Amino acid sequence: MALTSTPNGTTVDKTTVLSSGARAGIDTADLKPGLADPVHESQTLFRHLLDAMARPGRAVDLETALDAPTPLDPATAAVVLTLCDYDTPLWIDWIADTPPVRSYCRFHCGSALVERPDEAAFALVSDAENMPRLGLFAQGIDQYPDRSATLVVQLPDLEGGPERVLKGPGIATQAVLRAGGLPDWFWNDWRLNAAQFPLGVDIFFTSGRRIVGLPRTVLVEG
Amino acid sequence: MTMRSENGAGVGAPAEGAGLESLPGSGSPPGGVPAEAVQAERQRWMSVLAKAQLSELEQAWDQVEERPAFQWLRPPEIGMVMVRARSGGTGGQFNLGQMTVTRCALRVDSGATGLGYVQGRSKRHAELAAIFDALLQDGGRRAVLDEEVIRPLAAAYDRRRDERSRKANSTKVNFFTLVRGEND
Repeated sequence: MALTSTPNGTTVDKTTVLSSGARAGIDTADLKPGLADPVHESQTLFRHLLDAMARPGRAVDLETALDAPTPLDPATAAVVLTLCDYDTPLWIDWIADTPPVRSYCRFHCGSALVERPDEAAFALVSDAENMPRLGLFAQGIDQYPDRSATLVVQLPDLEGGPERVLKGPGIATQAVLRAGGLPDWFWNDWRLNAAQFPLGVDIFFTSGRRIVGLPRTVLVEG
Repeated sequence: MTMRSENGAGVGAPAEGAGLESLPGSGSPPGGVPAEAVQAERQRWMSVLAKAQLSELEQAWDQVEERPAFQWLRPPEIGMVMVRARSGGTGGQFNLGQMTVTRCALRVDSGATGLGYVQGRSKRHAELAAIFDALLQDGGRRAVLDEEVIRPLAAAYDRRRDERSRKANSTKVNFFTLVRGEND
């Protein structure tokens, strides 16, 4: 913003305007604490995240006592604290994009917060009904399929939704997922996502203290 | 070569751990006082606390009445930061080297957030620096603490610094060349 005068003629102090946004620190006034024992807790959580990705569709209890900022569930905050750091740009959806959550992610993870979903390595979605289409997130490129986004999608519940049958690596015969609160287009987009393997996004569904992994290899039926 | 670093002002990008963000503001500054002045004050006492010796801080802490209970926002952790400098204080920036830093953040019962960033590996030092930082943000206690803790610590630091530079100065050698005046 380089405007130095407003239409009604009053001049705006340029330095004030510039410094208000550019050098804003983290507001620590109502910051929630992070992991009490960062090394061991994040190792335990990471193990649970690996289990969730290795057994798609099976709910894993993170057993965390984390006090997460509203509107995040403990599991959502735990995934973000475990996976994000200063070189993983994070995108936060509009409902969770509040000063407390922004401070929380910047203070505890050190992540840069980005405005566009396709610039993010991780995306935090707290309002699944209105989330961007999966194709709008980073999909990776042929040389580097790992440069795709991992979505952390917070859902109202993991049991009450319509039944979906999952197949693919990590699933012996079939797994049943009843995730509630997903948008209508979600499973169609998921088929497109799975079809462009090895590219595509990976998803963690979170609710309360539990998570379900949905890696890009998972195929959905019905 | 001058290191333009005073209490982290010259400490650049971290090499490990979560990023050292620009010093967070103290939440809501007291009415009437500009935010820059509050921040400068806070930088001053954080600098004094960071440069004090642990024994001096422990001594000061022993004399504090009404010690607050606190909650960790970030338990003390040890990491490295890259110290950047400018030759002569004005030249191009370069990486001087890494130093060990211990940092922590906590919130005391009154709601103030204290930050401790200290050189070295002493978690206790970082903890005490953070507690004092939080207490000093309380307008009611600031004057007393400033008088009884910060001033003596700053004076002790100045004495140490003075002593060291005297010692260094006593070994100083001046090289000069006599003009011989043969060619005039």
